[in-house]
Amino acid sequence: MADTAVHDDQVGHDDHDDHDHGHDDHGHTSTGLSHNKLGMWLFLGSECLLFGGLISTYMLYRGRHSENLGPDQVWDIPFTSASSFVLLMSSLTMVLAVSSAKRGDDRNTKTWLSVTALLGSLFVAGQVYEFTTFHAEGLGFGTSLFSSSFFALTGFHGVHVSVGIIMLLAVTGMVAKNRIPGDKAEVVELVGLYWHFVDIVWILIFTLVYLIPA
Amino acid sequence: MALIERPAPALIPAVATPSSSYGVFRRPVETTGWKSWVFTIDHKKLGIMYGVAALFFFLVGGVEALLIRAQLAGPNGTILSADKYNQMFTMHATTMVFLFVMPMAAAFGNYFLPLQIGARDVAFPRINAFGFWCFLFGAIFINTSWFLGGAADGGWFMYAPNSSVPFSPTNGIDFWGVGLQITGIASLTGAINLIVTVLNMRAPGMSLMKMPIFTWMILVVQFLLLFAIPVITVALFLLMFQRSFGATFFSVEAGADPLLWQHLFWIFGHPEVYILILPSFGIVSEVLPVFSKKPLFGYPLVVFSGCAIGFVGWGVWAHHMFASGLGPISVAVFSVSTMAIALPTGVKIVNWTLTMWGGKIRFTTAMLFAIGLIVQFTIGGLSGVTHAVAPSDTQQTDTYYIVAHFHYVLFGGAVLGIFSGLYYWWPKIFGKLLSERLGKWNFWLMVVGMNMTFGPMHILGLQGQPRRMYVWTENRAGDGFFDLGFWNLISSIGAAVLGIGVLLFFINVFISRKHAPAPLDPWDARSLEWMTTNPPKEHNFDQVPTVHHLDEFFHRKYEDRGTEDHHDYHQIATAEEIMADQEANADKHIHLPSPSYWPIVLAFSLPVMGYGVIFNKFMIPVGATLLLLSMFGWSMEPHTASEADYDPPTPEGGAELEVVSHG
Repeated sequence: MADTAVHDDQVGHDDHDDHDHGHDDHGHTSTGLSHNKLGMWLFLGSECLLFGGLISTYMLYRGRHSENLGPDQVWDIPFTSASSFVLLMSSLTMVLAVSSAKRGDDRNTKTWLSVTALLGSLFVAGQVYEFTTFHAEGLGFGTSLFSSSFFALTGFHGVHVSVGIIMLLAVTGMVAKNRIPGDKAEVVELVGLYWHFVDIVWILIFTLVYLIPA
Repeated sequence: MALIERPAPALIPAVATPSSSYGVFRRPVETTGWKSWVFTIDHKKLGIMYGVAALFFFLVGGVEALLIRAQLAGPNGTILSADKYNQMFTMHATTMVFLFVMPMAAAFGNYFLPLQIGARDVAFPRINAFGFWCFLFGAIFINTSWFLGGAADGGWFMYAPNSSVPFSPTNGIDFWGVGLQITGIASLTGAINLIVTVLNMRAPGMSLMKMPIFTWMILVVQFLLLFAIPVITVALFLLMFQRSFGATFFSVEAGADPLLWQHLFWIFGHPEVYILILPSFGIVSEVLPVFSKKPLFGYPLVVFSGCAIGFVGWGVWAHHMFASGLGPISVAVFSVSTMAIALPTGVKIVNWTLTMWGGKIRFTTAMLFAIGLIVQFTIGGLSGVTHAVAPSDTQQTDTYYIVAHFHYVLFGGAVLGIFSGLYYWWPKIFGKLLSERLGKWNFWLMVVGMNMTFGPMHILGLQGQPRRMYVWTENRAGDGFFDLGFWNLISSIGAAVLGIGVLLFFINVFISRKHAPAPLDPWDARSLEWMTTNPPKEHNFDQVPTVHHLDEFFHRKYEDRGTEDHHDYHQIATAEEIMADQEANADKHIHLPSPSYWPIVLAFSLPVMGYGVIFNKFMIPVGATLLLLSMFGWSMEPHTASEADYDPPTPEGGAELEVVSHG
């Protein structure tokens, strides 16, 4: 653990936004995490509250809908289970990408990042299909309190996944062109942190929104 | 003598570094002129820009307040229509909270936090610049609503469903909601930035418990922001979806819960109160020891009570909702937790008082403002306890008594603290002392003015004058001591006195430009930010100090020759000697990151999308495209400019870009 800390600290110096060659010996006046990684953890902490608010809104409103357009009528659990499985598998491929990056294996890093992006895209495609189906069944954004809060929550999650896909593709391209400033493995790991977070949020959403009967 | 160098090729790290920045324009590396400000990523310049913008909005919010008081000065006021009055109090509060006190705390935090911990910049300098531009563009965005159909008119808390389209058909609330999203990004990025800076970049030897107290309070505030901003973000998104995209979150006819907004807003809104006050607590905790010539009494207690306020601040939000019918258990719980938060606050008051006890007090303007905070905030705190008591609160809700309370804590607390900081740190920031004589007029007019303005509101409120009413009539004013007309007039005269007091500050600033340069250590200060020149060099410190004590600078100047519990301090060095020593041992090879235009471009994409939400949805993808492109430009940009970004060397040898620092 101590080795990692020292390693990360060194990394911090060559980092994207880091510039200060003034203190080489941080000792106990630094956490040992690089600025970027600590920043990402803080950002994810903040995101918890964002999804917390959206999930609370949904839980408050899930029962407020017209007779025939409630959760129990519109869900297609087998379909959503399949797309959830796809998203969970993308976490696995993300782990493989991070591990390849740590070994300095650019070819596999690119491959696994691309596969992760592909699985993420499949999930988003599934969500688009699901939304379109619901809409066709008459469940619009403003139909009921249930539909507004459902679309807001899952829509926010979908946007997060889409942003993640853009990040994955960007990093893949940057690895290919060797244009990542600073520590390549850490940049991949940061995208990984974000990606796993978005996945974990989906596990919560899938459980609370889809699996628990209304 | 330290040089800020351009990176020599050999110093570029061995990892892959992009060879070109993929930018559209050349890197803005100018060190003078407007470009050196607009594209800067220097935390000190950004701090000054935050401060200038915040003080400008302080004047805007002040004018709004004066219009409100002018309207209420006599019966049947005709200065404002009912509609304009609604917009005025909404924007007064919004401006003062989001566009003055919060960015003012960001100004002090940005400027002094790296200096106080002995760092050369913040952890993410470009994100810092991005945050400032988000704040400024968001603030301008909100205020353009005045010219585009009218400002928001639902109160700064914007209760739903009253903020729905049928009740407020202009675009005012849309501007308000989207604009606050944009300034929220500034707060969130600023929070991450400053937390990482404090946790990762302290000077050698500076453990957390040797950190200056102002830095501690700013750290607590950043954690509050980190977790409070996403909650208001959710609320604002729901409001935007409701008003612009046909969602039903707050449509009571569809079965919506009218308390949803109140909960979301106050879960943000109460920590927000501490976000506003804690920076000022930090400032006076710096000022009081300096002008009492004693260390802060019970430093660890002040730190922990600040943290305790931060924690308990999350568990008191529903005391804003006692009148909404939450049920007896909720009311009892939140009543007790609200009283509990008085304890750590009381601890601070006691510590400040005991800091002054037995000290050699110098009544400078900064000190007067700090003492003013203790007194005025305590008054506001005590009236706060009266509405922690739920039965009493139900009498006071939505009356001027509440207005009196929060102006005592926010004006008497946050604003007096900010002025204390301005007078204390002005010579550090601009190298000129403000006039003490004018400063004292400034202080007394402000304090007398605020007590005249907000004091009578206690009486008005207890007599039942409701908040937010735009006009009162003679035949309902009552008579004798409780004549509402009399107290409203006093309050309006007080507001004018207060306004003159604030004006004196700006006059003081204006005439200070002709003052002689301030001495290096004008106040005999204690913390690290005074261990450099006035104003500090671009790289802050020639030599990064190694810290051995809390109040490091004081301990370098004074030696304790007492024994055991008896302290006997003798001066062993002057600030000038310490400075000379630093310059003699200056660090070689100080590298600062280069300026960048991406932060302002990225921030600019946000109001484009904002106007898109309100006027034409096609502008949203345009803004989003700009956002995405500038993110790519940003991430491809190396943190130091390449040689090609600089002008070719002049015949004299091109040394003008190497800033030779001082001496």
